[in-house]
Amino acid sequence: MDERMYREQIIDLYENPLNFGSLEPADFTYEEDNPLCGDVIRIYVRIDEDNRVSDVSWSGEGCAISQASASLLTEDIKGKTLDEVKAYTKEDVLELLGIQLSMTRIKCALLSLKVLKAGAYGMPDVEELRKG
Amino acid sequence: MLDVRSLKNDFPILQQDAYEGNSLVYLDSAATSQKPDIVIEAMNSYYRNYNANVHRGIHRLSEEATTAFEGARERIANFFNAPDPACTIFTKNTTEALNLVAYSWGRRNIEAGDEILLTEMEHHSNIVPWQLLAEEKGAVIRYLPFTDEGLLEMSNLDDYLSRRTKLVSFASMSNVFGTINPSKSLVEAAHSVGAVAVIDGAQSVPHLPVDVQELDCDFLAFSGHKMCGPTGIGVLYGKRSLLEEMPPFLGGGDMIRKVQFEGSTWNDLPWKFEAGTPNIAEGIGLGAAVDYLNDIGMDNVHAYEQFITGYALEALSEVDGLRVLGPQVGLKGGVAAFTLAGVHPHDISQLLDEDGIAIRAGHHCAMPLHQKLSIPASARASFYLYTTTEDIDRLVAGLNRVRKVFRLD
Repeated sequence: MDERMYREQIIDLYENPLNFGSLEPADFTYEEDNPLCGDVIRIYVRIDEDNRVSDVSWSGEGCAISQASASLLTEDIKGKTLDEVKAYTKEDVLELLGIQLSMTRIKCALLSLKVLKAGAYGMPDVEELRKG
Repeated sequence: MLDVRSLKNDFPILQQDAYEGNSLVYLDSAATSQKPDIVIEAMNSYYRNYNANVHRGIHRLSEEATTAFEGARERIANFFNAPDPACTIFTKNTTEALNLVAYSWGRRNIEAGDEILLTEMEHHSNIVPWQLLAEEKGAVIRYLPFTDEGLLEMSNLDDYLSRRTKLVSFASMSNVFGTINPSKSLVEAAHSVGAVAVIDGAQSVPHLPVDVQELDCDFLAFSGHKMCGPTGIGVLYGKRSLLEEMPPFLGGGDMIRKVQFEGSTWNDLPWKFEAGTPNIAEGIGLGAAVDYLNDIGMDNVHAYEQFITGYALEALSEVDGLRVLGPQVGLKGGVAAFTLAGVHPHDISQLLDEDGIAIRAGHHCAMPLHQKLSIPASARASFYLYTTTEDIDRLVAGLNRVRKVFRLD
């Protein structure tokens, strides 16, 4: 673990995020915000006939930690099965980030995981709810 | 001008390093202020020497505790020139004080179709209690807008007031813009249509001289912990005629005159609104805080904060990409909320923390204000009587380091 929260890789990903953009149509998409800091992340996932992640993207805005975490997580799930995606844990994400986080910032890091898992488990998307 | 360097020695927490070799720069006083030694000692002394419940025991300790607690109330009432200490009700904080008005006065007096006027720059605690009330009663909430500069649109005030307006509630100083609002004009306007005027003094009472008789407001709410006092103690001031008519807020011990199986009658003011054992140490602590501020003089506190805010705004204007929200110095108190292009406020705050600098990042419990500005959040540095020019210089150096880390130079 790197003691510096803002090591080069985090800033690189903030400047040039991976898998950034929308992906329509997607097999599932989900969005959530962290009202305390105003971070918003939406994730789009396409699943192939083997039930594996064939394509993934994310959009949204927020702090460098939440943005880097979304880049790293979406990159990591490519080719994984839906069951493997559902099994991702908090520890997996923190390991991907490779930095030490304070209590208050862990929420930023885990927003993308929360969004991904809610989508994978088939939570109704907020856009669908808005449409009624 | 205040001798801030010697004054800073009164605050034990400000003597420490935040991290090894980095002395603490505390710029989050709008969230909560630090406490001088005499406040901490006043509370310790109560617990060490005369801890007992108030208004109850016929024994030496209880007499001593009651005298100290009620003595504190009198000095606190004098601090904002209440005509009578009985109209100074102890609450947990500003939020509870505003809720008390909404529940007790609001439930009895607000009816379907009535209007409640707030402003667009209110803290959530001066929005949500009224939303709950309006929902229950079928009343309507209106919001007086703010301008691009972060000033209330006073010229349009008449459009927001009518005979339907029953209550006007506003912060006399904004916790984001720092705007010092024209309280007296707002109170007069409220009264001109027969509405009750409520002032959220959470930010103003700690920083400016406030005189309820001069303002003629019907209610004033504020918190002890933002004015050198402890958490867990706040004040609701109300005009006696209104408080007398209002039903109790919470029921229990201390607020009753007589309890019978068939029903109860209420104690006199202020105890009618103070059910249960109060925060005794905290009341005594706030009394000590008021003594401390009186010794310095609130005019001096205000004048010093104008100086340090002017210094800060000037220094911050040198940081590329930084935009301070709200009006210029003279129209605002010691608050500088800002955005820095290309960096999220959380990242700003985190990096400043590495330098030992404490600021706030987020929406500061004012989400509607941020929505109107189309920004998710802001960073906020806020000042008090112990803030030095060196603190501001450290902030600016820290912000320039943030720019470097984020490769903005």
